[in-house]
Amino acid sequence: MTEHLLSLMTFFPILGLLVILFIPKENEGLLKGFALVVTLITFVISLPLAFNDSFKTSAAMHYKEFAQWITIGDYFQMNYHVGVDGISLWLVLLTTFIMPIAILSTWKAVDKNVKAFMALCLLLETAMLGAFVSLDLFLFYIFWELMLIPMYFLIGIWGGGNRIYAAVKFFIYTAVGSLLMLVAIIFIYYYGVRSGVALNGFNITEFYQMGIPPHIQTWLFLAFAFSFAIKVPMFPLHTWLPDAHTEAPTAGSVILAAILLKMGTYGYVRFAMPLFPDATQQFIPFLSVLAVIGIIYGALVAMMQDDVKKLVAYSSVSHLGFVMLGIFALNMQGMAGGMIQMVNHGISTGALFLIVGFIYERRHTREIKEFGGLAKTMPIFATIFMIITFSSIGLPGTNGFVGEFLILMGAFQSELRWFAVFATTGVIFAAVYMLWMFQRVMFGEVKNPANEKLKDLSAREIVMMLPLLLFVFWIGLYPNTFFEKMNPSMQQLLDQVKGQQQVAVVEKVEPRQLHGH
Amino acid sequence: MYDKLWLIPFFPLLGAVINGLLGKKIKNEKVIGAIATLAVAASFGVSCYYFFNMPGANGGQHYAENIVATWMSVGDLQIEWGFLLDPLSAIMLLVVTGVGSLIHLYSIGYMHGEEGFYRYFSYLNLFVFSMLMLVLGNNALVMFVGWEGVGLCSYLLIGYYFHKKSASDAAKKAFVVNRIGDFGFLIGLFLLYWSLPVGSRSINFMEIAQNAHLLEAGGIVVTVITLCFFLGATGKSAQIPLYTWLPDAMEGPTPVSALIHAATMVTAGVYMIGRLNPLFAMAPDTMMVVAIVGAATAIFAATIGLAQNDIKRVLAYSTVSQLGYMFLAMGVGAFTAGIFHLMTHAFFKACLFLGSGSVIHAMHHALHEAHSHDDPQDMRNMGGLFRKMPITATTFWISTLAIAGFPLLSGFFSKDEILWFAFASPQGSPLLWIVGALAAGLTAFYMFRLVFMTFHGKQKTTEKARKHLHESPWVITVPLVVLALLALVGGWLGVPPLIGEIVGMANSFEHFLEPVFGGTQAVAHGTHALEWSLMGISVGIAFVGIFVAWVMYIKNPELPGKLAGSLQGAYRVIHNKWYVDEIYDATFVDATKRLGTFLWKGFDVVVVDGIVNGFGKTAHASSRALRFLQSGLVHNYALVMVLGVVVIVGFYVLR
Repeated sequence: MTEHLLSLMTFFPILGLLVILFIPKENEGLLKGFALVVTLITFVISLPLAFNDSFKTSAAMHYKEFAQWITIGDYFQMNYHVGVDGISLWLVLLTTFIMPIAILSTWKAVDKNVKAFMALCLLLETAMLGAFVSLDLFLFYIFWELMLIPMYFLIGIWGGGNRIYAAVKFFIYTAVGSLLMLVAIIFIYYYGVRSGVALNGFNITEFYQMGIPPHIQTWLFLAFAFSFAIKVPMFPLHTWLPDAHTEAPTAGSVILAAILLKMGTYGYVRFAMPLFPDATQQFIPFLSVLAVIGIIYGALVAMMQDDVKKLVAYSSVSHLGFVMLGIFALNMQGMAGGMIQMVNHGISTGALFLIVGFIYERRHTREIKEFGGLAKTMPIFATIFMIITFSSIGLPGTNGFVGEFLILMGAFQSELRWFAVFATTGVIFAAVYMLWMFQRVMFGEVKNPANEKLKDLSAREIVMMLPLLLFVFWIGLYPNTFFEKMNPSMQQLLDQVKGQQQVAVVEKVEPRQLHGH
Repeated sequence: MYDKLWLIPFFPLLGAVINGLLGKKIKNEKVIGAIATLAVAASFGVSCYYFFNMPGANGGQHYAENIVATWMSVGDLQIEWGFLLDPLSAIMLLVVTGVGSLIHLYSIGYMHGEEGFYRYFSYLNLFVFSMLMLVLGNNALVMFVGWEGVGLCSYLLIGYYFHKKSASDAAKKAFVVNRIGDFGFLIGLFLLYWSLPVGSRSINFMEIAQNAHLLEAGGIVVTVITLCFFLGATGKSAQIPLYTWLPDAMEGPTPVSALIHAATMVTAGVYMIGRLNPLFAMAPDTMMVVAIVGAATAIFAATIGLAQNDIKRVLAYSTVSQLGYMFLAMGVGAFTAGIFHLMTHAFFKACLFLGSGSVIHAMHHALHEAHSHDDPQDMRNMGGLFRKMPITATTFWISTLAIAGFPLLSGFFSKDEILWFAFASPQGSPLLWIVGALAAGLTAFYMFRLVFMTFHGKQKTTEKARKHLHESPWVITVPLVVLALLALVGGWLGVPPLIGEIVGMANSFEHFLEPVFGGTQAVAHGTHALEWSLMGISVGIAFVGIFVAWVMYIKNPELPGKLAGSLQGAYRVIHNKWYVDEIYDATFVDATKRLGTFLWKGFDVVVVDGIVNGFGKTAHASSRALRFLQSGLVHNYALVMVLGVVVIVGFYVLR
């Protein structure tokens, strides 16, 4: 069984989708229930990954599967080639973990064309899992593009008032980036063919070894980096995100924030950086500037939002800026911080979008000024919201702190010292925009009569939040569960990007001084 | 035997969890209060046990560590959940759990009948837990957990009456301003870790102490590190320029003000400098900054205290001012004196706050019964309460004498030691002493102004309300009495040699802390005659302050009004707290908001989306021109794009 575990996991949602096609449209309860069961089973299938201890010692790809797929003439060959290592492990699990919660969030929220909605969600899950486990660059690209379509429809059909604009914007932004990446992917392949390297499809491990000359790397890196930067999103390519989030249905926002955005950051770690190490070094200063601008910019703009959902969307720009900064630090702390912060953002921001969904379902508005005093009417909600708020702010003891601390620590130990200083101001702004929003929504007198009789969270809503809360504290208090399985792969990746020799030199000698004596 | 240190923070955490989860069901106030109080008392018990069984009592190393688990282990960075017991943390433990227990007991009476009684005690326990993490942490990051944890609890408790806008504003302000300080703490931490040579890198306090010599003494690195940490301290301990949150924090229930905003949390900055004393001692420039900021805060806050009418606000500014003294002490290298004042201040200021709470409690009740809407915290509505509340008044008198530096009371010893070092330590200067002594005079004045306005003179309450004024119940008065006793005699723990020689007592406080501060503590130089005369002068100044207060508020009660009238400008500036809040709002707060709005509505919407939409429009216009290609179907566009790619690739392949 284990030799096909990843395939089973990846395509199980598609199997579910096939069954869903035969469930009558009117039977909405069954459709939702069935989709939930499918995602839950997918989660269970993925669980052996979490308990596999060999990730602790081996940086290698686990659960590898390989099959020849398409061959065209002598030139073009692509394979079905998948596997999981410490880099993708927790992102895969995050995906299978978030999906049932996202499906649960539709219970009351989605009543239009439920069948199509569930089918698209399942298709999306397969696409996302496929993208995380692909070891063949072309296969990755197929999954990457496949994600785009269901999300486009989720926003465009089930979205809010301005959904068409948001969906098209989302599509065009991402498609433009993807196409550049496609060109680059094909170029690498033919570069390999032309330079006489024996290639076995678009195998990324072989691509890593190819030794592309730096001047060519530059252009290829730019194409990849651009595409991923849109997905992250990095400043100034972020403007699709607030629109997409505000218009998307709750489940769409949760998936978008928790997982789709991670495709961008994961793309950097898995592809852009190890494939083009020289170009990476060359562009790190530039990209780090964008990351730090993103941190502060996202926070400042978030602060001024009148719409809770938009505020959370802009906070994502800030948080993802932290992730990028950590990755670019090119050391273990920064990388570990960046990787764990991807998971954290999935948990905390996913939870925040659920929370926004809760109050939207009750009041059909997300305007901050419509609320106030909810802490009195909804005490359980208030408690959970507060915990998530502080997790997003990065209070020690919660997951957010571990990520931010390691990112900043890592950046400070690297060449990005001054970037780290500026980025650290982000911890101040995060407190400002989150607490200000929290105060206006939850505290004060209940002035709006519509808020007087709001129901507190239902059992279903609490069940959705509890697993997220568990991980807020688990990662906050004992993140080693996660780090110990990432460490070997991260170390290998860093060696790959920095070149072994350099690593040895930088890590072992020279006592640091702030200034030359 | 030291592997059970974790029990100390564990009990309050347990209390917080029990009351937090089950409090709503328990409902019975006595049970909830008992759980919370006993949790802290249990910590106090364990702390006492360790205090009497200190490591190194029979020789050997003077500290013990208790590593519970690994927290983060990434690359060469290893951080543990670990606790450290040494003389410094032992003293803090006793203060936090001791004063904490009393304030929990007091709260049972004070919070009686409040909505969310269980929530209050859950938060208060959580606070004690966080404070104990801060104090006990064996490395800077566990300390930071406590550091931000107390900030969180402070936020929760200041905003306890969250339906009031002023309360939730104050809570947010406290957290945000503290975060500015935390920024400094973090940068200091990163810089420290980075600047130590590989192999000696650690954020464990004992290892920092051992490795400090690897940094260049007096160099820029250690100066910047310590300045960053000091920025953290100014936030948490309400020093210039980050003190503005503390007076607003009085929105919280009064026992909270006593515990968090007087006795424990706000002293965390002082404790942190004490903990990092090997680093601070290496950075004379930083020490000078610390001393100057401390002295400036001491006198600046004292001036504001002169003209406040809200009883808690006076005490709040007094706290800021007294914390200034502690930093002055740390800055001139008198670490022991700083910690000593921290302790005595915890006694008398907790007593003062709880006393004011007792008064407010009584006033509130009386005004409520009389259906009056007067402010129960405004001293102008009080007067003559001594007879009505003799225990409260007496304990308040004792603590006021202590804070005013009345000879042989606790505050006298600790303040006098600080002033002596401010003058005679190598890092001291007569100027620092003058500022400190003047602030002492102002302190005596505003504290006695408070006492006279509240407990003496004409009763200003209505006849109807007066009938309902009475002394508080025992749960409130017992803590007052205990704290007043400590304020009365606590100073004898740290008798200066000058007086110790006469009465035949040693400075046991200094001796106890010797292992921590022995190597870094400054030595004051000066003759006995000089020391006596300086002591005499500062006591004299304090008496002048008391006398002036007596003249203005007892003998000649219409004088303050006249004075305020003739010195209108000055009075208004002081009464309005030097307009610092307004200045901060007008500069930092508004500028940030304006920048945020500009980035959003100016840059995001106009520039970036302008370009994006511009592309869209261009595409739209050109496709209008190339109508035959326009089908309006996204997949057709995609097909065209893929074709384009194929063409490009084909070009390279077939070239």
